[in-house]
Amino acid sequence: MLDKIIDIINKKFKDSVLHNENSNYILIENPSNWKLIADYLIQNSNLKFDYLMSLSGYDLTNDKVGVAYNFYSTKLKHYLEVRIEIDSNVEIPSVAEIWRTANWHEREAYDLVGLKFSNHPDMKRILLPEDWDGHPLKKDYETPEFYNGMPVPKDKSYWE
Amino acid sequence: MSHEDYYVKDDFTLVEKFDKDNVVVAKLDDLINWGRAGSPWFFQFGLACCAIEMMAAAGPRHDLERFGMMPRATPRQADVMIVAGTVTLKMADIVKRLFEQMADPKYVISMGSCSNSGGPYWQHGYHVLKGVDIVVPVDVYIPGCPPRPEALIQGILELQKKIKLDTPLRKKV
Repeated sequence: MLDKIIDIINKKFKDSVLHNENSNYILIENPSNWKLIADYLIQNSNLKFDYLMSLSGYDLTNDKVGVAYNFYSTKLKHYLEVRIEIDSNVEIPSVAEIWRTANWHEREAYDLVGLKFSNHPDMKRILLPEDWDGHPLKKDYETPEFYNGMPVPKDKSYWE
Repeated sequence: MSHEDYYVKDDFTLVEKFDKDNVVVAKLDDLINWGRAGSPWFFQFGLACCAIEMMAAAGPRHDLERFGMMPRATPRQADVMIVAGTVTLKMADIVKRLFEQMADPKYVISMGSCSNSGGPYWQHGYHVLKGVDIVVPVDVYIPGCPPRPEALIQGILELQKKIKLDTPLRKKV
């Protein structure tokens, strides 16, 4: 099933997606034409991935980040996971116009992991306060001592 | 101890009571405290799963209204703030501002482990305030995760006892 999907995508976009034999996802390392691929995923009559189930960002350390998209086709009943793994300073084209789900999910990925999405309609923090410093789910994040005068780590002097 | 014993025995001390004329003579302090303890309207807002237990306590089975506790959806009409749930740092400023908007006399019940001490987030959470007592003064702490409605009611009875010890007409030391 996955091989068939990869064939359909690679026929249109010459070898822009990679696939490891042992994995169940497809990998994109150059996101420049990701928006076109995404459009193809929902338009093509043999793919029809009309449902973006989840979008998650992750930190690979060494200035590499990744984002995983989980798709499902409610018409053809098949699944697909697409991962984009890039340097942390590269912007990923937003797919919020194609799947409306992506709007908030991309904001969450930006908020917690610090992923950058280009052409997002409303890119700002979604969970943390607007004036928060840093992205807490990055591996090298250090919890600040204070936020707005309130101690963040457990201060033992409150107990003793 | 039955509910009647608990509630009636430490009511205000009567100096004199005239059954026939419906007249009592008592200290005004006690009379005011009796009134306040009998109707601590609580501020209707919840932050996390403890709020579900608070709603259950306010519902017909446990019925907080029998203690005169009416939920008010505005801080200006509320006497008691029940901090029910995890206080995140984003919410802490808002909790503080809501507390400041309440009219005196005002009381705070910290309900559940999260608002007592940070609960499961006490050590490693980057986003949770480690106890709501950092931003507002707390009168009663209720342990539990979440506390059952009975525990909340116990906390309310403790708060009533505390209210009855107040001296509203005299200067506070």
